[in-house]
Amino acid sequence: MSMFSQNPLMNGPNYSFSETPRVGAPEGAREHRFDPYTDNGGSTLAIAGADFTIMAGDTRLTSGYSINSRFHRKVFKIGGTTTDQHDAHLVLSVVGFAADGEALMERVDAMCKMYRYRHGRPISVKACAQRLSTILYNKRFFPYYAYAILGGLDEEGKGAVYSYDPVGSYEREQCRAGGAAASLIMPFLDNQVNFKNQFIPGSGEGHALQERERRPLTRQEVEVLVKDAFDGAVERHIEVGDGLQMMVITNKGIEEIILPLKRD
Amino acid sequence: MPGFDFSNYNRNAALHARGVPLPKATSTGTTIVGCIYDGGVVIAADTRATSGPIVADKNCEKLHYISSNIWCAGAGTAADTEFTTSLISSQLELHSLSTGRKPRVVTCMTLLKQHLFRYQGHIGAYLVVAGVDPTGTHLFTVHAHGSTDKLPYVTMGSGSLAAMSVFETQWKAHLTQDEAVKLCADAIESGIWNDLGSGSNVDVAIITPEKTILKRNYIKPNERTQKLKSYVFPKGTTAVLNEKIIRKQDIGNFVTIHDLAEEAPAGGDKMEVDT
Amino acid sequence: MDHRPQAWGRPRDDVYGAYDGSYLNHGGPKNATQSPVVTGTSVIALKFKDGVVMAADNLASYGSLARFTDVKRLHTFHNTTILGYGGDVSDMQFLSRLILQIELHQDYELEQLPDIKAQRGQEVMQANNLFTFLKKQMYHCRNHFDPLWNQILIAGFDDERKPFLSSVDLRGTSFSAPSLATGFGAALAQPIMRKYADTEEQAAKLTREEAVEIVKECMKVLFYRDARSLDRYSIAVVTKDGIDLKENEQLEKQSWAFAERIKGYGTQTV
Repeated sequence: MSMFSQNPLMNGPNYSFSETPRVGAPEGAREHRFDPYTDNGGSTLAIAGADFTIMAGDTRLTSGYSINSRFHRKVFKIGGTTTDQHDAHLVLSVVGFAADGEALMERVDAMCKMYRYRHGRPISVKACAQRLSTILYNKRFFPYYAYAILGGLDEEGKGAVYSYDPVGSYEREQCRAGGAAASLIMPFLDNQVNFKNQFIPGSGEGHALQERERRPLTRQEVEVLVKDAFDGAVERHIEVGDGLQMMVITNKGIEEIILPLKRD
Repeated sequence: MPGFDFSNYNRNAALHARGVPLPKATSTGTTIVGCIYDGGVVIAADTRATSGPIVADKNCEKLHYISSNIWCAGAGTAADTEFTTSLISSQLELHSLSTGRKPRVVTCMTLLKQHLFRYQGHIGAYLVVAGVDPTGTHLFTVHAHGSTDKLPYVTMGSGSLAAMSVFETQWKAHLTQDEAVKLCADAIESGIWNDLGSGSNVDVAIITPEKTILKRNYIKPNERTQKLKSYVFPKGTTAVLNEKIIRKQDIGNFVTIHDLAEEAPAGGDKMEVDT
Repeated sequence: MDHRPQAWGRPRDDVYGAYDGSYLNHGGPKNATQSPVVTGTSVIALKFKDGVVMAADNLASYGSLARFTDVKRLHTFHNTTILGYGGDVSDMQFLSRLILQIELHQDYELEQLPDIKAQRGQEVMQANNLFTFLKKQMYHCRNHFDPLWNQILIAGFDDERKPFLSSVDLRGTSFSAPSLATGFGAALAQPIMRKYADTEEQAAKLTREEAVEIVKECMKVLFYRDARSLDRYSIAVVTKDGIDLKENEQLEKQSWAFAERIKGYGTQTV
């Protein structure tokens, strides 16, 4: 009985829709290779404020159509002096292949600890961001399959968000969404954080219309945006859900907030 | 020649061989179940339709009408379940008219399996067929390749194992109607929570010799989370770069215009709009 | 007769063809990729109020052949930690020996350093520590494209003496939850266990008897529906008092009542 015949997990890829045929391979020869990567789903999000940064991620860990865990962290405090990271000042979020993500996080954390030991002071976000880029590029031909976002406060105390691709290209930004639902969340953020595509009504005609002026958002506003962004992503992306983990970085330290999300 | 049009087959096969993937179809990566009880049969389904990892429809209908006493739950390619069931429904109605008898579930099942077998699995319809006819209560599964099964409880779709775990722990012989409905709903819920391809609400259909009761959205355990903020934009927020006005009487030269009544029959659910 | 020494003791070329020595060439890239051969199916585990219960059947399959019917896939470590192995059996045995070495080494160390023993208690390495080791080992192997083809569940207690349950697979992906299952169990047994323990709070309310009952029920469903399973299984319970491991249990109270009225698969009625 082929009861499970349409479950992609049980069956492997089907002929038509997801895969294209392998060209050049001789008839009957099938290459069997170990695939070192999987996609564990989930989504992350970071927004920098005037004097704070909020990093967030959902807590669902998936493989294929099944949920591995409903509470698996993607957002980590790093650079503290102890394992519990009570005095950490940086936050790193990783999404993609969970094992690579965690390995990356542990390396960056160890690097931050070494920096503190050698220099006698915690590493700056800027320095950590640069180092993270080189760590990623070092594995250019066997990459960490992880979309990382680094958050903290810069030398002036302003919120800082650095976002990365898996091989180390990086950029400081005001906000960034990563992972499975990034393409769902990012346009929302462009509109609501950077006020993209918003003009002041009646301020002119056509191209002369004035853009709505950007202003730094308050912590409360950002927390609302993050929750609404994830509630929206949960509605339309099957790999996002279960829980929302938020890290709020201020000059007083890092606060962690856990909120429930839909579990279907 | 009746049936499908294959005139693009060679072109598509050539494109496919050069590495162009076929377009993605909406699939009801689904949980569907059915269960016989003393006096009838119950079928149930979740209401999520997916396209890859994206939810295409949060509240779609997977319980299809075949005849007043036969209903079908469909998993697999959405279009295939839709068209296959309506095709067989129409054939069965004609057959019923010509014989002057009520349609039988085995007839429906046989028509379905013969149709699907002919297409060798290319019609991706996975169905649970249930109904009551003068010969009794029946429950079948029909797979895309044309194989069928007859069991007192059945599950299908990506959530079939999650749903089956409920049946294998809680099913017993000689259920009452309420017990059967509860069991099927629990099985669907198991799929909703544990299978990513399934979600949203539970639809149930109860078929008895007298009538069929369709309970659309029998359980709604996944109401949308209320937004914390209103996202209404003041009028004029979007830039207007170009404006051209076409009047109704001008268009009337090319097409016929009907004014819709105020309460226009809305197809489907109302759109969610911020106020 | 060929008098060249390199031909001595070799099959004659004119009869058997030239010798194919290509397998001796080590110049090319190492081919360490593999796939599982003799395999074990699901392992399932569930946390409860004061410990964790874990179960796995005693079958090792060779493809679709039920090859070995008395293979123990639940292993213990220091009477404090249970390891449940799904996947390749030879890789399981390799890991098992690796872990035995650690166990013995620690025993000797404790023997020689009584003050450490007094300081930290008998068990130096808790379940979470062993888990971290195993996770690194698995991830290391995947980085070298020589994976250990297993998914492993580890149960015991963490440093804070709270019940601990985690999973690691052939790619080094690790996660933890109130209930865990590998292989087919992830699809069939997890929904049952999650009904009773979806959250840590719910799991913390389960009694030992309830947890054992739920796990036994899951093993039954797995036997019904997993074609690579067996009705003989091992079940282990870890609490602060140690491990209670039973390795030769038989599934009880199976029900095949549904089969009674089945006739054929379609139109057949008698």
